[in-house]
Amino acid sequence: MTRMWARLRRDALSLCALAVLCAAATAALAGPWLVAHDPIAVDLEANYAPSSPRHWLGTDHLGRDTLSRLVSGARVSLGIALASTGTGLVVGGAIGLVAAWRRGRAERLLLQLIDILLALPELLLAISAITILGRGTISTVVAVAVYAVPSFARIVRAAAQPIVRGEFVASARAAGASDTRVLLVHVLPGCWSPVLAHTTVMLGSAILLASGLSFLGLGVQPPDAEWGAMLSRGRELLRTAPLGAIAPGLAITLTVLSFSVLGDGLRDAAADLRRRR
Amino acid sequence: MALAYRLARAAVARLAPVLVALSLIVFSIVHMIPGDPAVIAAGLEASPATVERIRRDLGLDQPLAWQYARFVTRALAGDFGVSVRTGAPVGREILDRLPHTVVLAAGGVLLAVVVGFVAGVASALSSHVLVDRLLTAVSLVAASTPSYWLALMLMLVFSVGLGWLPAIGVGSPRHYVLPCLALGLQSAGAVARMTRASVRDVLTQDFLRAARAKGVGPRRVLVVHGLRNALLPVLNLVGLRVGGLLAGTVLVESVFAVPGVGRMMADAVVARDFPMVQGGVLVVAAMVVVVNGCTDVVAAALDPRVRA
Repeated sequence: MTRMWARLRRDALSLCALAVLCAAATAALAGPWLVAHDPIAVDLEANYAPSSPRHWLGTDHLGRDTLSRLVSGARVSLGIALASTGTGLVVGGAIGLVAAWRRGRAERLLLQLIDILLALPELLLAISAITILGRGTISTVVAVAVYAVPSFARIVRAAAQPIVRGEFVASARAAGASDTRVLLVHVLPGCWSPVLAHTTVMLGSAILLASGLSFLGLGVQPPDAEWGAMLSRGRELLRTAPLGAIAPGLAITLTVLSFSVLGDGLRDAAADLRRRR
Repeated sequence: MALAYRLARAAVARLAPVLVALSLIVFSIVHMIPGDPAVIAAGLEASPATVERIRRDLGLDQPLAWQYARFVTRALAGDFGVSVRTGAPVGREILDRLPHTVVLAAGGVLLAVVVGFVAGVASALSSHVLVDRLLTAVSLVAASTPSYWLALMLMLVFSVGLGWLPAIGVGSPRHYVLPCLALGLQSAGAVARMTRASVRDVLTQDFLRAARAKGVGPRRVLVVHGLRNALLPVLNLVGLRVGGLLAGTVLVESVFAVPGVGRMMADAVVARDFPMVQGGVLVVAAMVVVVNGCTDVVAAALDPRVRA
């Protein structure tokens, strides 16, 4: 971990990405104390206001301050991404570990199912999930997790497969360790570097998918601020207060880009370390 | 011919389980909705007698296996039931809207392929490291940009700002330009990057050196021997992208108010019109799966290693 950081520290691009993500995380954590206006306070007299000293990024169709909504939207967007990716990591990781460990008929069937899920477009799977669960923040998390689980299963299985055949695993078993213990203590730690890189990239993909759903009105529901939901009336903003349509998309793009860049950086750093070993 | 048959059979063998799983997922939507689907379809104010009639009409009183069999046989005939909101047949609605969606997706793919391929080949002729960096940066940024926001920004520049192109609707071919750009530009970066890598890889192969050695001119080497072989990985990438593009129409259609299948699905989820959602998801996802299968077949047929 420390060696990985030492390697990453020399990668200027990854550091920039990390800085952007830290800024987004700060907005998510300290949002309510940073903004000048209540993000859900309606002021119909001041709707579609252009940029001004009072409202730096203007206001939306209900006169709500765009900058305040942007900052408080960070918590929702990042929160959904963390929750859904975390679910994908735990559930998909468990499936991947078991599939690598026991290669029975049930596991093969499970892997086939995973491949099938990966072959279907995520947006359509998410729409199906939301039809079942109804619209809302929790449904969005589940819908995005449905997309995250199969990819984590694949990544973890691929990473775990060479490890479960290792001699130290055989000796741990000979020493009497249970299946669960072998997987969690001996196999799982060996998988962390590809999983870390994939988690980082997946956080970005999760933001893209969740914000798309919210943009369609299927995800986060009003009055909660979410970056995608802020754009759902973007067309009306274009003529009067274009900053209100530009800013949320820029926030999404920058955050997702940073996750991708950092993910690539982590992958390269891991590959570099492996080569030197 | 034997080869075409072998490839097609392999593709069908791979596609069949995906399509079966897809039909199961879509079928189960009705049964996983909390509450009684017959009540949802009938509306909350409906009398118990109406609910019972609708339950019979929808076949919800029959065994599950029988319901699934009926669902699949009807879907194969293009019958996806009727909308629980308007009572209109879903199949008809999809048929009316599908052309818009297909034109958008096809235009997007065409744009991605043409722009990406030209940029990729042009950049492959230079081995400068900056070209690599630039292409990587462009495709990374493109992949991180939400398509619906890109759509809004294109609208801001070309409709609101310059007034060159119409912002919404589908009246003329000009109406499709911005939606196709919004869909296709995202993939163009990835196609360009893949093309460059693939062309540069092919240019160092032995068979190209052999072609040059026997006196083939540089342009002919590139076009006849190089590009043909560089096309394969690009084709595979495009095949994979088509799925995302088709599904991505849901978002882009909403921005440009295009009355396609994607917009229909989004509206249907809001209205809890589950037969509409089922029909839309089934048709679009099946198209994605079949297109992916076809690209596999074409790519395999073009690959001399497979042909041998």
